[in-house]
Parts: sequence; C-alpha cells; structure tokens
Amino acid sequence: MTSTDQPPGAHLPEPPDFLWDNPEPKASYDVVVVGGGGHGLATAYYLAKVHGITNVAVLEKGWLAGGNMARNTTIIRSNYLWDESSGIYEHSLKLWEGLEDDLGYPILFDQRGVLNLAHSLQDVRDSVRRVNANRLNGIDAEWVDPAGVKEICPIVNTSPDVRHPVLGATYQPRAGIAKHDHVAWGYARAAHAMGVDLIQNCEVTGLETLQGRITAVRTSRGRIAAGKVALCAAGHSSVLAKMVGLRLPLASHPLQALVSELLEPVHPTVVMSNAVHVYVSQAHKGELVMGAGIDSYNGYGQRGSFHVVEEQMAAALELFPVFARAHLLRTWAGIVDVSPDASPIVGLTPVGGLYLNCGWGTGGFKATPGVGDCFAHTVANDKPHPYNEPFTLERFTTGALVDEHGAAAVAH
Amino acid sequence: MQLIPCPWCGPREEAEFHYGGQAHVAYPRDPSALSDEEWARYVFFRENPSGPFAERWSHSAGCRRWFNAVRDTRTHDLLAVYRAGEPMPEVTA
Repeated sequence: MTSTDQPPGAHLPEPPDFLWDNPEPKASYDVVVVGGGGHGLATAYYLAKVHGITNVAVLEKGWLAGGNMARNTTIIRSNYLWDESSGIYEHSLKLWEGLEDDLGYPILFDQRGVLNLAHSLQDVRDSVRRVNANRLNGIDAEWVDPAGVKEICPIVNTSPDVRHPVLGATYQPRAGIAKHDHVAWGYARAAHAMGVDLIQNCEVTGLETLQGRITAVRTSRGRIAAGKVALCAAGHSSVLAKMVGLRLPLASHPLQALVSELLEPVHPTVVMSNAVHVYVSQAHKGELVMGAGIDSYNGYGQRGSFHVVEEQMAAALELFPVFARAHLLRTWAGIVDVSPDASPIVGLTPVGGLYLNCGWGTGGFKATPGVGDCFAHTVANDKPHPYNEPFTLERFTTGALVDEHGAAAVAH
Repeated sequence: MQLIPCPWCGPREEAEFHYGGQAHVAYPRDPSALSDEEWARYVFFRENPSGPFAERWSHSAGCRRWFNAVRDTRTHDLLAVYRAGEPMPEVTA
C-alpha cells in the first residue's frame, strides 16, 4: 500500500532499462502470436515457459502493449457469477498473486480490494446471490452494508438522500490493481529471455491457409510462415478472422476511461457501480482512474462520445463528492470486442492451427495471466485447457452461453 | 458530441439517438426450416467491419422513428443516411 509519509509516486520502481530487442522477423516460426498486448505477451511467455515452445513471434502492429493494455483501468478481481467464469478468473487471480516472483519483475500488484455497489433492492439480491456463488467456488467475497462500505472506503457518499443511494456492496478483499505497463514489460522481458521474438510495427494483412490449415501470415514486414497462429487482437479480432472467412459473434466498441490530476492518497480500494456507472481507483502515482461504459455504436476510432464521459462524471460526483474540484487530466478510449453473452471466446477454430482468444469485452486485463496460461495450453496441445473449455465459439450454436452481463460491471 | 442527420428532423445531437446495430438483417423467411447453426448466425453473428458499416439508429428523443445510416467505424463519419426500407446507397469511404 501507499505510504503516506512519501510523496505520491516515490515508492514506484525506477523506469526499466532495455528489456528486449527489435529483431527482424524470421521466415518462419512454430507459433505466431498476433497482438502484442497483455494477452499476446502472456501467451508467448507460457508457451515458452510451460510448453518449451520458444520458436515464437509476437507480432504487434503498433508498439508493445500500446493498445488496450495502455487504455484499461487495471482492475483485477474474480467475483464472477458462473462456475465457468469463476474458474478462469480465479485461476488468473491466483497467478497474479505469484506473478511478480514468477517474472522476476515489479508489477505493483496491490490487493486493495474491490467494492461492487448495489443501489436498488434488485441490485442487493443479485449481489448477495453473487457473493454466495463466489463462496461456493472458493472465492473470497462478502456482503457489506452501507456502514461497512464507509469503513472500507470513507469517501463514498452513503447518504440515503441521493438519487441512487448505496444500499451495500459486495467486497472481494483479494481483488486489486496492478501497473499495466510493468505487467506487459515483465512478460515481454521474460518471453524475450526465453527466445521469443517481439516484433513491433508489424501489421498482419492476411492469413494464408492450405487445405483448411493455416500456413502463414502476411504482414507489413513480409510473409511469415507459421505452424500455428494464435490471435490475441481484442477489438480487431473480427478483422483478422475475416481474413480466413471466419465470422465472429463480436461487436467492437469504444470503451472510455479518464484520469484526474495527481492527488494525495484518498481512495484506498476499488469502487465499481453498475447502476450509476463508474468505476474508480487511485493509481499508484495518485491519479484517480475512472472507467465508463462502452459507447453504444461499433467503432474502431479509439475515441468515444462526450456524453458518456459526462454521465460517468455525474455518477462519480454523486458517489464521491470529495472529487468535485479535481481536474480531469486526460481521456481516451480502447476498442473492446464484446460478445453476446459478455464472456470470452477462447479455443480452436474451424481452421487447423488457428486459435482464437477474443471477446473479453471490457474485462480482459484481469484475465491476462490466466488466459495466457490456458491459451498457451490450447495452442500447444491443440485442445482447450479445462478452464477455457466452456468458452468455445460453438456455444453460440449449442446455446451453452455463459451469461455474465451481471458480473461484467460494465454495461454492454 | 456528434450531430446525426435524422432523415426526418435534420441534424440532432447524438444523445437523442438510440443505436440499433447492423441494418438489413432480415428475419428468416422460413424459421422452422433453420438449423441450429443458421439460427445462431441470425441471432448472434453480425458484421463488425473496420470501415463503412450499414446500421440502424432510432431518433428516440425526437421523432422516435428508425432509420439507417452508413457510418465509417474508424472515423465515425456518417457517409449516408436513409429511411428504413430504402436500399443501402453506394458510398465511398
């Protein structure tokens, strides 16, 4: 936790030294991972570390971890309703808990807890149900009343006289935040050390197949033959899948977030509210980091609508009157790939050697280690890991959906 | 805030509108003949292009009528706006 006798940011590690090379792409790789964000880097890391597959390239069209990895609100939790989701998110949370040691790199994982507020009787019932479901899955969760909310996060307005009063909250003490850049750098550095090529400024422009099997990727830096191709491109997954004629049940939307100026430590935990729609934590350096809902329309432009930010700020001020005079520093949007049941799609495709990791919508960051581990398993063994087995593309045909709209905490 | 040109009311602020996703998704002609795969396609699968996209909007805080638009999803530029039932016009992105 942040110590109050130091200026904000004083406890942060020094900026990293040189962490990886910028190699020329080789003519071929055993596995090409498309997308150099958290999921792509983690997948490459576990491919090398767990499965001994090191002839791997991670292709990134921009710079490493410059997409959604640099645009999220870094919240980590596993308090999802259904067993399938609990499985993979809790697997991820357990990996987060040991990740700093595993990577040998500071990621500033800070288990400061998360409160998910309830503002209506139905919210309360849904929340208590989720707490019970979490506990049955061995996940730490408790229901706290408004006084309990006030104790955990004193700056939350728990007055009954507001339009959407806080009637209580679910609390997951093991939840928290991490420093997103450091997570990416930690994975990149460790993957690179095991021989993975991290190739930036390399956009995939085509996918080649022969007799129903992937053979190569065409890129802005030439053709690269590939034994297997693992897609980790979040908002752009539909665009990539279309290159092999694969249609995905995804819609890409801008998801906005913003930060305030640096403030002294005022906010000790993470607070999320579905009903009034804002989620807030205080970054390690002192900015208030606030997330909004997605913009309703499909978009790839990495910017969103002003009115979404306006609603988000109205919600933030009702919950945290103390923020009224904070200055907004910057806003941005990431492009999230939203699936119809608010759950990811991770697994095989009808194309041999082509693997899909997408549909994480607004919740991908927290899954980074867990999906990296399970997706690497899927790619290495050509079959899903038990934790991602429920998240097939086929579930939209069979009807075995994992409807997590209620736990996603972002309206989408 | 974008201005969206409602075909009946003219340009109005984005916040007056409700988004309806992909346009021209026809209800199956013979629903009982569809396979599970075909139902899944109809219910869940939509185009998600990076570029021009034909989509539905409702002017919910104005005339409350639905209409179609072609919008470039990269820039949010509205390339064409047309009434429901009209064919999608040719656009150049």
